[in-house]
Amino acid sequence: MSVTEPAATPGKAKDEPLLRVEELEVSFATEDGLVQAVDGVSFELKPGEVLAIVGESGSGKSVTAMTLMGLTRSPNARFGGGAHYQGTELIGASEEELRRVRGAEIAMVFQDPMTSLNPVHRIGDQIMEQIQEHEALPDQQARERTIELLERVGIPRARDRIDNYPFEFSGGMRQRVMIALALSCDPSILIADEPTTALDVTIQAQILHRIRELREETGAAVILVTHDLGVVADIADRIAVMYAGRIIEEGSLDQIFYDPQHPYTWGLLGSITRVDRARPERLPAIKGLPPSLANRPQGCHFRPRCPHEFSKCIEVPPLEARVKDQPDHRDRCWLSVDEKRERREVRPGEIGLPTKDEPEEAPAA
Amino acid sequence: MFRFTVRRLLNMIFVLWAVSVLTFLIFMVMPGGGDEQAALRIAGRNANEAQVQTVKREWGLDDPFYAQYADMMKKVFTGELISYVNQVNVREEIVRGIPRTASLVIGAGIIWLFFGVVFGVLSAIYAGRFTDRALNVLALIGISLPVFWVGLVLLYYLTDRIALFPPGGYTELGDDPVDWAYHLILPWFALSILFIGFYSRVLRSNVLDISNEDYVRTARAKGLSERRILIRHTLRNALIPIVTLFGLDFGAALGGGAILTESIFGLQGVGQYASDSIGRLDLPPIMGVVLYGAFFIVLLNAIVDILYAYLDPRIRLQ
Amino acid sequence: MGPWQLAWRRLRRNRVAMASLAVFFVLVGCCLAAPLYAEHIAGRGPTATNATGTIQIDGKKTFVVTPDGTPIGPGLHKQYLLGADPLGRDVMVRLLYGGRNSLFVGFMAAVITGVLAVALGLAAGYFRGWGDRVITNLFDILWSFPVLLFAIALGTALALGGLKIGPLNIQGDSLWIPIVIIGVVYVPYFGRPIRGQVLSLREKEFVDAAVAQGMRSPRIMFGEILPNLSSTILVFGTLIIANNILLEAALSFLGAGIQPPEPSWGGLISDGVNQIYTAPHLSLVPGVAIVIAVLSLNVFGDGLRDALDPRAKVRLR
Repeated sequence: MSVTEPAATPGKAKDEPLLRVEELEVSFATEDGLVQAVDGVSFELKPGEVLAIVGESGSGKSVTAMTLMGLTRSPNARFGGGAHYQGTELIGASEEELRRVRGAEIAMVFQDPMTSLNPVHRIGDQIMEQIQEHEALPDQQARERTIELLERVGIPRARDRIDNYPFEFSGGMRQRVMIALALSCDPSILIADEPTTALDVTIQAQILHRIRELREETGAAVILVTHDLGVVADIADRIAVMYAGRIIEEGSLDQIFYDPQHPYTWGLLGSITRVDRARPERLPAIKGLPPSLANRPQGCHFRPRCPHEFSKCIEVPPLEARVKDQPDHRDRCWLSVDEKRERREVRPGEIGLPTKDEPEEAPAA
Repeated sequence: MFRFTVRRLLNMIFVLWAVSVLTFLIFMVMPGGGDEQAALRIAGRNANEAQVQTVKREWGLDDPFYAQYADMMKKVFTGELISYVNQVNVREEIVRGIPRTASLVIGAGIIWLFFGVVFGVLSAIYAGRFTDRALNVLALIGISLPVFWVGLVLLYYLTDRIALFPPGGYTELGDDPVDWAYHLILPWFALSILFIGFYSRVLRSNVLDISNEDYVRTARAKGLSERRILIRHTLRNALIPIVTLFGLDFGAALGGGAILTESIFGLQGVGQYASDSIGRLDLPPIMGVVLYGAFFIVLLNAIVDILYAYLDPRIRLQ
Repeated sequence: MGPWQLAWRRLRRNRVAMASLAVFFVLVGCCLAAPLYAEHIAGRGPTATNATGTIQIDGKKTFVVTPDGTPIGPGLHKQYLLGADPLGRDVMVRLLYGGRNSLFVGFMAAVITGVLAVALGLAAGYFRGWGDRVITNLFDILWSFPVLLFAIALGTALALGGLKIGPLNIQGDSLWIPIVIIGVVYVPYFGRPIRGQVLSLREKEFVDAAVAQGMRSPRIMFGEILPNLSSTILVFGTLIIANNILLEAALSFLGAGIQPPEPSWGGLISDGVNQIYTAPHLSLVPGVAIVIAVLSLNVFGDGLRDALDPRAKVRLR
């Protein structure tokens, strides 16, 4: 279900989406039944754009990212829908086609830098391997390019350290190496799957900063997969919020932070601890647990945990733009826009979900 | 790296020394061994008391424990160790047997390493499918077969019922290489079967485990071909434990673990010599053979450790 | 469902493994029923000779052992179902009695190996320090003895004189000699991996938690670490028994294991070696029994391992 964009300025190729994902579905056949990890996900990515896919563990965000590169290889996986990248259909593409795309056009940075590099090869060799796989560069030139990349991501004494092994680097450094590796062939899209989750908070900021800078330098689009809205606020252009396999809201950074439309998003925003507010007695959390992916609730997946649910929620709400003048802001909530704006403030100026201490508001008929 | 090697060598020497002491003690203390028996055996069945005493003195068998041990160790190094039973020089016997044992073990080793790795990799690539299942069945059968029985089965069916191969015996490599190999084919097969089964299973398991590692996923994300991923990333890591295993097994086989195969096929190697000497409770050859065997095991252990350090930079540089 | 119940469920569903276990139990059962077989079917015990006797085969009176020393082979007759040996003994009866001995030795030796390997591995891995060094050196030394030579040496020596340590006095021809030898010989092979596992388990947080709670070492070792070793021990267990059966067969074949006149599978094979070309059944049949026993254990062990530690390869419904 893709919505064709009206061209903002005629002839501007920059608005042509780089990646168009349509009704992507990924399911796994397990001992306990069919697990629907990704359930009809659609989005678009424009050149140079930073799209953040936000969600809890189990929301399907990582599986989505991996599937785009054909890295979901479990023999029990079943795919549906499509992901179009510059004329190539990624879902169900042949290994050869995928190999052409991987590394050179779409590159990925993984979550755990401690285990993502081969321990018995030097990091320089591992980067040069990707370069030379896609480009016919002689060794010396590949090496120079690698040193340059390492310097750009902030590895000190790159010329010496290019011959070090992964275990000789700290976690943050290894992640930088991974980023250098990902950018080595100038990809159009960089997918970063929880790139900072395994790192210290201080390093986290540095890595994100570096990603943003590099994006500015290279013009690559970025898909940032994370569960941390705080991380997102710094660098995202657009945000897609996922829950139990579906995108339940998507919009620009400002739209999501200042005009969120879905109760789950309110819950996420409400649960961020804020430095600029007084400390609440209790850390706000969304009550309940995400549903088992083998056994999801009928209709809106968030229904059992939603304090605002009502009779219509038993029908699956389609992902649609419901706010006037915000054609790119879509959500899956049946409540009217006015109801949403009213209910989302648990306290004046504070967005969130009512906790046990707050009085619950009666749902509209 | 240097300190590491030195430490390993010192450890080697210590272990060999401990092995020699242990062997000596076992045979001095065990009934059937000991000075009395040795003297009796050398003197012969019908010797009288005086003759036995003479023998004891001549052979130093009435010296205290540690003196006898020191004397024996000296003889080990100077090559003067003589059997109590037939006065044959132990070192000569062992040296005579080495090329036979080596022919058997080295040949079998190459065969089992090659097929073990090939079958293991095939099983892993086709995991869950027919090839894998078939190879697994073969491997399971392989590790369940008693080596000596396999030898007997081969002898009966392939040298008697159908005279396809010679029924045992050994031809010098120098004399006739073709005949040398011809005589060794069945023993090679008998000895390798168990190891091929074992190694293919271990390798299959390693390859599958490593295929699930994050860095293999990274390699794939780089756009590398499956073949390159398999060789440069998966196997490069999966084969490291195999190197260790092979070193140990090879050392053990060279050191006398091939006894059974040698006996069945009449190869007259070191293993057979060992088994005969043990049967006769003849201490000098036993000591000689045990030390020879332990030496190879320990040597290969050390080589394997050093190789491991070379292959895995994490061990090497920390 | 707890992890053990889950594992059991998975194991039950593995039909090949369960069938294998059944085969093993049937084999054990048959061997245990040896006296019954001897009395009611074969009509003679394992040591009853009959070198000059005759039996009826297909209505013809045939010599059990021909005048030139060739015994009859296997056939569908109640007596000498698997043939006879040169002394006229019933091979099937000896096979079953031999199986009792061989399986008993294999199993008890596994118990010894298990107990020693776990105890030493646990102590070495948990306490570290000089205790660990002593134990590891002990492993190294034992390991460096060519296993077979070591076992043969001990087997021969002890078979002659028996084992006399303090109050312990075992006769040379007792089954306990090979049991102790085989049990001890494999200790380093299993003690080392156990020690390795203990070393890494020790670093895990639940051990720190236990120490913080004031638990004392023995309690931590047995209450916290040992249960985590259980699946390794179980899988090793089947492997050890299988290997022991093979080692015992090799030792008995060389005369350094179960001593005659007690029958054993390895001993039966060695008895038949000299007549391999004229009466091949003597050596070949006991080997088949060994293969069945060991193979069924190995297949079951595989299934056990899969049930206890299933990988990402998920089964499809």
